[in-house]
Amino acid sequence: MKFTLDWLKEHLDTTASADEIGAALTMIGLELEEIEDQGKAFSEFVVAHVVSAEQHPNADKLKVCKVDAGSGEILDVVCGAPNARTGMKSVFAFPGTYIPGKDITIGKGVIRGQVSNGMLCSAMELGLGNDHDGIIDLPADAPTGQRYSDYAGLKGVTFDISITPNRGDCTGVHGIARDLAAFGIGSLKTTDMSPVPSTGTSPFAPLPHQFAPGEDKTIRKFAGRYIRGVRNGPSPAWLQRRLRAVGLRPINAIVDITNLVSLGWGRPLHAYDAARIVGQPVLRNARPGEELDALDNRTYPLDETMTVIADDVGPLCLGGIMGGERSGVVEETVDVFMECASWDPQLVARTGRKTGIVSDARYRLERSVDPALTEPGLELATRLVLELCGGEPLEPVVSGEDTPPAVVIDFPFSEVERLTGLRIAADEIEAILSRLGFAVEGAGFTRKVTVPSWRPDVTQKADLVEEVMRMVGVDKVPVDPLPRLHHVAPRMLTTIQNRRRVARRALAARGLDEAVTWSFIPHEEAVRFGGGAESLQLANAIASDMTDMRPSLLPGLLAAARRNAHRGRADIGLFEVGQVFLSDAPEGQHTHASGLRTGTARLTGAGRHWQGDAKQVGVFDAKADLAAALDALGVGIDKLQLVAEPAAWSHPGRGGRVQLGPKIIVGWFGELHPAWSEAMDIDFPVAAFEIDLDALPEPRKKPTRSKGALDISPLMPVKRDFAFLVDRSASAASILRAARGADKTLIEDVTIFDIFEGAHVGEGKKSVAIEVTLQPRDRTLTDEEIEKVSGAVVAAVVKTTGGALRG
Amino acid sequence: MSLETQISDLRAEITAAIEAAETEQSLDAVRVAALGKKGSVSALLATLGTMAPEDRKTAGPAINGLKNEIAGLIEARGSELRDKALEARLAAETVDVTLPLQPAPTARGRIHPISQVMDEIAAIFSDMGFSIAEGPDIETDYFNFTALNFPEGHPAREMHDTFFLKPGADGERKLLRTHTSPVQVRVMQKTNNPPTAGYITPPIDPPIRVVMPGRTYRNDSDQTHTPMFHQVEGLVIDKSSHIGQLRWVLEEFLKAYFEIPDVTLRFRPSFFPFTEPSMEVDVQCDRSGGEVKIGQGSDWLEILGCGMVHPNVIANAGLDPDVYQGFAWGMGIDRIAMLKYGMPDLRAFFDADQRWLDHYGFRPFDLPTLFAGLSS
Repeated sequence: MKFTLDWLKEHLDTTASADEIGAALTMIGLELEEIEDQGKAFSEFVVAHVVSAEQHPNADKLKVCKVDAGSGEILDVVCGAPNARTGMKSVFAFPGTYIPGKDITIGKGVIRGQVSNGMLCSAMELGLGNDHDGIIDLPADAPTGQRYSDYAGLKGVTFDISITPNRGDCTGVHGIARDLAAFGIGSLKTTDMSPVPSTGTSPFAPLPHQFAPGEDKTIRKFAGRYIRGVRNGPSPAWLQRRLRAVGLRPINAIVDITNLVSLGWGRPLHAYDAARIVGQPVLRNARPGEELDALDNRTYPLDETMTVIADDVGPLCLGGIMGGERSGVVEETVDVFMECASWDPQLVARTGRKTGIVSDARYRLERSVDPALTEPGLELATRLVLELCGGEPLEPVVSGEDTPPAVVIDFPFSEVERLTGLRIAADEIEAILSRLGFAVEGAGFTRKVTVPSWRPDVTQKADLVEEVMRMVGVDKVPVDPLPRLHHVAPRMLTTIQNRRRVARRALAARGLDEAVTWSFIPHEEAVRFGGGAESLQLANAIASDMTDMRPSLLPGLLAAARRNAHRGRADIGLFEVGQVFLSDAPEGQHTHASGLRTGTARLTGAGRHWQGDAKQVGVFDAKADLAAALDALGVGIDKLQLVAEPAAWSHPGRGGRVQLGPKIIVGWFGELHPAWSEAMDIDFPVAAFEIDLDALPEPRKKPTRSKGALDISPLMPVKRDFAFLVDRSASAASILRAARGADKTLIEDVTIFDIFEGAHVGEGKKSVAIEVTLQPRDRTLTDEEIEKVSGAVVAAVVKTTGGALRG
Repeated sequence: MSLETQISDLRAEITAAIEAAETEQSLDAVRVAALGKKGSVSALLATLGTMAPEDRKTAGPAINGLKNEIAGLIEARGSELRDKALEARLAAETVDVTLPLQPAPTARGRIHPISQVMDEIAAIFSDMGFSIAEGPDIETDYFNFTALNFPEGHPAREMHDTFFLKPGADGERKLLRTHTSPVQVRVMQKTNNPPTAGYITPPIDPPIRVVMPGRTYRNDSDQTHTPMFHQVEGLVIDKSSHIGQLRWVLEEFLKAYFEIPDVTLRFRPSFFPFTEPSMEVDVQCDRSGGEVKIGQGSDWLEILGCGMVHPNVIANAGLDPDVYQGFAWGMGIDRIAMLKYGMPDLRAFFDADQRWLDHYGFRPFDLPTLFAGLSS
């Protein structure tokens, strides 16, 4: 909300400087966003005479003007404004002038081959409104070379403050002045809002409220006044200046008065040209199909939840939001019907949202406007109309009820100290509340505090504590340590929280960079990765490629890999630890730790190297990352089932799945399916994995952290090698499992050290060589014992695989 | 030929042979030829047996002297040859140690600044006795707004630029949480018991001290706003905590986080539906150098919002607001990461540009702890 120091001083008697006021505004919760000295800001703009305006030789829409800006020379200036013409007066900025509306400093330039020594400015370029149809058109008698700020009376200090949504009372200068006065910056001035005597009866009856029982009714109380025979026209210079200073365009005296009251007292009004109202105006909800041609020159479709002021022809005004073009007040208006009404803030907000209209009236009314100001506001408006435009005020017409119940709060003053730690004397608390307009009654521990009509946001004790605290200053609250725990802090992270942290560090330690990608992905990608359900689609996505909650981290990582590849980085490793969404229920959210390697980005390095070039990434790189992460998480991959049933995204013969059982799937790994690569425009090798951290079992709670006794044998282990010829489909895991199971006490380890296929071992066959480590426990093994175990190993592998020991 | 002549001839001959031996092998041949069973010196020694005892008295020491002398020379030459051989081997084995390695995996992989800052935040609050609480990203209107005292149709609701999901089969319109505050409600509220998923923090009986980091979403995008961002929220509920302690917690946190000895905060009254009184907090900073320096200078930078938990929120959770009280605060993780580590553009956080990640990321073993320091 913008206002000027002059305007504030009409409501506040103060000697405080602008800076003092600015600081006070922030300290009481009316945050100062900007303070601007307009005299300074516009001091470099001058009134200029456009000596001539000729067509630009090289551009249809540009003109080359000769401009006299009073500097003693005639300047060439290129101008794109349609209204630039020979002989006009406008506002000129010399090179080096800062243009506030564009946030640029204008320089000397050459535009399409023509030199331009400055700029002729529109009101918008000056930051003085929204008028950008052309450059400012000044009267012919404006003195060339005069400072525009002096000419237009643009001087003085402007404040721009941000108003929190609870403070409807501060959407007018008067409310701001009241807060400042309560804080001790001067004293509040009052305005005469007493009734203005009428000169006759109104041609309109009080507006009937035509609503069916139970219908949503935005109107609470409507006060209107017919003022006959006004002389409308441009408003006086002081009023125009005031409105311009806060970014409003003066229209005519009557309309400017409504804006003055709206901004000055936070009391929106609406003025109708009474001659254009057909029949008796009424209050009702809009009918299906009705529209309003509004004052912003747009047409809005209305519906039956929206209350309108209508006449025999149709809607005149969308209640609480914006008036209609048909009955708008123009300079020729002679009879005015002035409205000051009380509306339901929630329903105004709803209509505002539905229509998308942003207006000064809606801004105030949806935050609440003092209901006690409905009739006084109308009197104030009448007085101003009589003052500026004359006319005969007829009887006001009032209909509806708006007497909100008085809010009385039982307020123990001790609440202030309980909630803030601030100790304040009772009479000071009482004084603060009184200055803010609260009535404090009673004596002793708990007082009765009556809330003023303009503060519907205050409903309970804590609200009063805030009032007291903001007037004292939060900085006065003594800093007090939060008591420390009387024990060593307990574990802070849960298992899943710690697992995410560990997974991140473990994967980064394998040379992968952690990415954080969007939770929403394109619909097509969501569907491809098994998601895309309607309940996981955004109803109001911000972009067409951010529509669906992701079912997997891989689409985001693949897109990131593709972006990096397009930047010339095709050998990278990325991972993400983050949420995926399998349903819209809380339990449908899982945390995955997923990653990928592209090109030749292997654990040992990427690209060409004198120690040996890195090979393309493959399924075993992905498996190794998955295994390393799982191991860091305390779940050895050898404790899990590994099955050759890869994810849909994986090459079917180069991927796998790890699981605790067929129902509890822990993760997937593999090379990206060639068809998926093609569909996703990925032209480099990708090896990827996914781990569902929520599928990992919670570690068993043990009564002790003891690791058990270490059992080491003093005897030398014995190693024996075996080579088997098996079917190509026989899995390494089954061979290892069979060999290990041959003697559970003696066999300590089995590893595969060689594997090959080829014509010499036979079509569809492969040779697998294993090394078995036997660990004697209490005595050295005899040859017979070793032979026995060897026989058992061979028998077990042959039985499992149907293969044979190679000779 | 006298024995002496014999010995001296032999000495000269063998000595020359020793010196001529260039390898351990040829030296060994010399040794065998001289001292071996059939060697020249051994042959001479054998003559002692045939000598008269008086002759033997002088001849014995002389021949044995020769034997020992030759043995000594061979030993010395052998040692010399071994040294030379080692030297030659070492020279042959010498490599260019300046050849560069492939960077270690730990030198390549990087932790994202958001994760790092979350760990830093956890380290600091663990010292003050807080634990971490979490809730889902897809929330109901109840947890995101209603339970937090956002009146239906209030402009404060609209200011949140909420993302809505398409209505499900039951017609309920879920949303993406616009802040981490719904977790407050879940932590306080008994009706949440038991949570339907393992990651959701179950309700805690007061005293409550939790911090709640997580992803949040608003339909907004420019240089400092992205439709997805990260917040961390704090909540203290007990029977005595007040704004004085809130000020202490925030001051201590910001000092520890920015690793500065002192910080000046400015508390401004403000409005949030779920706190009363509510405040926004500005931190003292210096913008003069083009880069924001926290804890110096005379400018202010808005950094977080906070307040006493609204009595309605406490009551909505099933606690008596005349008995229980406490405070809450919230701030942007991405934002405080930018302030501490100097990233200029929020949007780059989510682009996964490897150059950005390598520059702004953290080494895998840069573990933020209080005992070793938050950042290195």
